[in-house]
Amino acid sequence: MFAYEFMCTAFVAAFLAALVCGPVGWFLVLRGQSFASHALSHVGFAGAAAALLWGEPAFLGFGLSAVLSGMGMGVASDRFVGRDVMIGLVLSLAMGTGALCLHFLTHSAGAATALLFGDILGIAPSSLYWLGALAIGCVMGLAVMSRPLLFASLQPEVAEAKGVNLRLLDVLFLALVGIASAMCSQITGVLLVFTLMVAPAAASLRLGFGPMQGMAAAFALALFEAWGGLCLSWLTDCPASFWIALLGSVVFAAANGIAHLRGR
Amino acid sequence: MITPAIEAGQLTVSYGGRRVLDHVSFAIPPGSFVAVLGGNGAGKTSLFRTILGLNTPEQGHVLVEGQRFGKGRMPVGYMPQMRRMVAGQLSGWHMVAAALRGRVWGVPWYSAAERAEVNAALNAVDAWELAARPVMSLSGGERQRLLLAQALLDHPRILLLDEPLASLDPARMRETTRRIHDLARERGLTVLFSTHDINPLMGFMDHVLYLAHGKALLGNVDEVMTTPALTALYGAPVEVVRADGRLFVVADGGADTLHCCDCAEHTR
Repeated sequence: MFAYEFMCTAFVAAFLAALVCGPVGWFLVLRGQSFASHALSHVGFAGAAAALLWGEPAFLGFGLSAVLSGMGMGVASDRFVGRDVMIGLVLSLAMGTGALCLHFLTHSAGAATALLFGDILGIAPSSLYWLGALAIGCVMGLAVMSRPLLFASLQPEVAEAKGVNLRLLDVLFLALVGIASAMCSQITGVLLVFTLMVAPAAASLRLGFGPMQGMAAAFALALFEAWGGLCLSWLTDCPASFWIALLGSVVFAAANGIAHLRGR
Repeated sequence: MITPAIEAGQLTVSYGGRRVLDHVSFAIPPGSFVAVLGGNGAGKTSLFRTILGLNTPEQGHVLVEGQRFGKGRMPVGYMPQMRRMVAGQLSGWHMVAAALRGRVWGVPWYSAAERAEVNAALNAVDAWELAARPVMSLSGGERQRLLLAQALLDHPRILLLDEPLASLDPARMRETTRRIHDLARERGLTVLFSTHDINPLMGFMDHVLYLAHGKALLGNVDEVMTTPALTALYGAPVEVVRADGRLFVVADGGADTLHCCDCAEHTR
């Protein structure tokens, strides 16, 4: 398996995605914003499709649109609360715009499938530099803001009273979610970002770890799912995204079982 | 002259387009235990948020220990009304610890001294047995204790406690009040304790700050909880009834026996 360069590239890319998705996902689940990763991946899809249409890399379009949308959601966070119809319409519009761009995209027939369901085996080795830089930037950014972010997530009123800038944290965190979604979409595709970002984090929280251990466990579980998915894909010749999604569900169910046995 | 712990001068605050405090002035002596009374919407939470710098007054000012502190820099511990608990699956210890120097950038990794500080806060409110349990498994009263422990972090000199007795049964109300009172006396803290029901605080409070119709009245229980004083505050006939060592406030013509001190708000 490791004799092939594309497999080695895929394993490194999966490691980098798990490194970001685990800790970012832990905060997403803690804050009850799991849906944000789903929303940003949809908006990112439209950006990626538009970038392909203009001859630019899909990852660039995905990343830019997801990060800008994330920051927009952070700025307007109060206005999004309880606006499920509006959010649903924006998601539908984003998917529709992506579909329109792909319709006019005649020179890359497999692009739609790759965007929607991921193409981890198709990642170019040169892309690892970008992914690596983004992963390091994301992890460092989250490390710097994680203490006030934890406070603001658990006790927003008290945090605000203590001088924490809630709006700034919202914007910065959702920008990180945008980057994480872009990285994750490379592995699982737009439709399955949830599996790598939310499932490991939710399982980690169910196991009752503290913040630091919880983020580390979310990373370890995300890595297990991503690498496990790659191995199973190699063995069965089925898509890696399917196996990652399946492993995500199995890991979460196992964590629930353990939590139940421990009486949590 | 002793500097008041909290001083409001002509303080005017609106919430949701309605004026909840209208040119209110008072001075809370340091080290006193003050019951902040008033019905729903009387402005108790708005007053606390204004003291904390989260609401900007339309007019007037509020000083903490004679100064205007920047947001987050005042020596005040705040316990908000208990709403949805996001912490859910985290342990009680981690929920409390999140507030310790929570505004400082960095990772939530706690030094031995910081862990000791969190442990001391939990012990101070007899919540050590809650430390390892997931927050979602705790009762309302147990969660209140964690919030109180959180308010004690960073060595505050003033505590603002917003409805700390909400969701507690009567026996727990008295026990919680006693715990807070003893803690405040031991540490020399000034406490503003908002509540709907004055009776669990009887024997513990030094002063009452009664809010109604945008106005405020501060004094000891015998000065504030009288028929003439509250009638003047409400601007309508109100009767204060003492029975069995308990206080009841009823609006003129109110037929129901109400067990709280703010029934004038409800029967109006």
